[in-house]
This record gives sequence, C-alpha cells and structure tokens, in this order.
Amino acid sequence: MTEKRGGGRQKVMVLYLANSALDSPVVGWAVYDGTGERRHMAGDSDTPPYATGLDALKDGWRLFQASQLLPHHRGEEHDLAYLKYEFFFEQWIGTP
Amino acid sequence: MTLLSDQQMASFVARGFLRFEAAVPEEINAQFMAEAGEAPEARPERKLRATYGSLLAESGIPEIAPGTPLFQAYPQGSAVERLLGLPLVRGAIRSLVGEDPVFDHHFLHVTFPPRYHEAGGGENVSQHTHQDSTIDPRLSFDVQIMYYPHAVTREMGGTRFVPGTHLRKVSEVALGRYQNIRGQQHMVCEAGTLLFLHHGLWHGGGVNLSDGTRTMFKIRLHASRSQQRQWDVGPAADAQRPIFLVKGRQPADTVAAILMTPEPWFEQDTGRLEFVNRVKLWRYLTDDATYDADYWLTRLEHAPQVFA
Repeated sequence: MTEKRGGGRQKVMVLYLANSALDSPVVGWAVYDGTGERRHMAGDSDTPPYATGLDALKDGWRLFQASQLLPHHRGEEHDLAYLKYEFFFEQWIGTP
Repeated sequence: MTLLSDQQMASFVARGFLRFEAAVPEEINAQFMAEAGEAPEARPERKLRATYGSLLAESGIPEIAPGTPLFQAYPQGSAVERLLGLPLVRGAIRSLVGEDPVFDHHFLHVTFPPRYHEAGGGENVSQHTHQDSTIDPRLSFDVQIMYYPHAVTREMGGTRFVPGTHLRKVSEVALGRYQNIRGQQHMVCEAGTLLFLHHGLWHGGGVNLSDGTRTMFKIRLHASRSQQRQWDVGPAADAQRPIFLVKGRQPADTVAAILMTPEPWFEQDTGRLEFVNRVKLWRYLTDDATYDADYWLTRLEHAPQVFA
C-alpha cells in the first residue's frame, strides 16, 4: 500500500432516485469510501442507505452533481438504457 | 419435453429470467463436478489467474466452437449432454428459442474463497454488475442457462441479478457504477438449480466469503429458426382489463397482470416505458401485432386524424 498523503479523505455516495426530485425514493445506490475504512462493492447491501435524496442532505451529505433532464430523440422515445436520475453526494473526513 | 406455459413465458418477458430449483438430479450434479475437476489448492505467490487457467486446462469440459448445433455440442453421456436432455430443460429451450438451437459459448465460472486471493496478492471483491456481450438492439433474444451443480449459500456469493433489467440497451459494464439496485436477487439455491436468463439481464458474480470454491456453469444459446409461439400457447389474449379506477384486486395470474407487474427499482416515468417494451416483446413472441395490456401501446397508436 502506498504511503498516505496528508489532507482529508472524500467519501462519495451515488443515489439513483425514482424521478428528478431530490425527495423521491432511492432505487439504486453506491458508496466509495476514500478513508479506506470500509470497502463497498456490488451487491453488498439490499437496503438503501437513505429513503430519499433529501434524507441524505439532512444527514450532512453535500450534493455536488445531478443528472440533466434531456429531451427524447424522435424514434428512440421508448428506448431505455441507464438509470436516469443520478445524484452524487460527498462527505469530507478531515481537512481537505 | 415439458413446454413452458403462457404464465411462465410472460414472466420471462417481464422479468428476464426463469428459475427452476433443484431441477437437475444429484447423479448428474456429481458427474458434472467430477468432470469439471477441482482447483489446485492455494499456494503463496501463485496468482489466481494461473490457478484458474490450470483448472480450465485440466477440466473435462470440452472446448466448443460457436455456431455448433447445441444438441450435438457435448459428448454423449457427458453431464451437460444429459442435462440438456432433461424434459424440463428441453422444453424450456424449445419454448424460449425454438427448434434447433445453436451453441454460442460456455464457461466454467469458479469463484474462489479468500485464501486464494490472499495467496495471489489480489483483492477478493464481487464482480461489477453488467450486461453480457455488447450493445444488442435486437427484439429477439438469446438465452443463457446458468447451472448450479452444488448448493450455494449466501456466504458463497452467488450470482446477483436484477429482475426486469433485460430490455435496457446498455454497453456491458458501463453500468458498473450501480453497486446495489432495489429488488436485486442473490442466488442462494439447492444443488441442481437452473436459471434461464434473457441475454440482457444485468448480473454479476458475488464475493465468496466461504471456505470453499463456488462453481456455476453457463451456456449461451441462440435461435436458428422461429422464436414465435414455441411454448404451450394457451387461449387468445385476455380482453383489456379495467385500469386506473379499479374497485378491488384483479387476478394476478393473467398474462396482462404478469406483464404489468413493476419491479422495485422502476423509476416512476420509465417504469411505464418498461411496460411498453414488455408488450412489444410479447407481440413479437406471439406474432400478434394487436396485443396490448393496460392500453399502453394502443393509446400511442391512435394516428392523429381529423374527423370530418
């Protein structure tokens, strides 16, 4: 393992919501812990960490990115691919 | 052979999988495990890739070229040949991909316990969730048979899959960012369990935290002839059922009810498009361009006209 640099560590949480409103229900989630305290991975939890995105804000997570709402291309209106309502949150542990 | 019912086919169209618990007799399971062979014990400094390569090289499971007729692919009397001859398996294959299916590829998936990773210096983590192959815009589908020749506990990881994701057109592991999705399932099963998957279903191998290896054998196959109306097709489609204002529970075992059952991860708007895409697939399989459930496609198909 490489020697740790000084400064804080970032924890990132990605929530996928049921619509574009932050207070809509969580349908998918991922957590990446830069402190190394816990190794999150695919399939490690069947229960969302928060019921909604708003609950994450109330618990101190800082929202730093949200997916855009994009128009649907003609002829491809029914095509589905990736989850649509993606919100990135962070917490800093220690001083950045 | 035992063909699938309308309800089983509708469930496959809606959810992308069918599960048959302990469907393969123990005798075939034991034969398969003997033919697959055992992984060499973990050794310090030995990379997992080398261990896996050695297991595959010494395994009794043959190399087979893609494009081989499925029922000629395996040596007579081998465990997989016997498995493919079971009436349930024959019937499910016939129902899903029709007559004369073709072998695409197979693989012996072995998931190793922690000591192998520690010995090789690698990290013991689950596989990222993905869709197999590559972006596949077809309406028709291939089938992947996942065979679990021994019992799988939760500690052993098991295949993780997300029901209902199969109709999304994504690019393999581009969705690896999604660690967990509501409604995901983990294969915990008895020996001899089979999963029949639509090729598009999102899935990944779980992390093995037990003391032993976990084995799963996958075969991908595709149709060479018609895929339409190959199952035990029942009476014509149900009449449209009342929607929105309903005064009680409606029957849950009709094709329409099965096709219109949402998954826990459905987004509120695109969940409706999932219904639309399920109806499109049911139309294709039944060769009935007028079929609809809950009016989703009929509503969209009213051509704008000016009535004189």
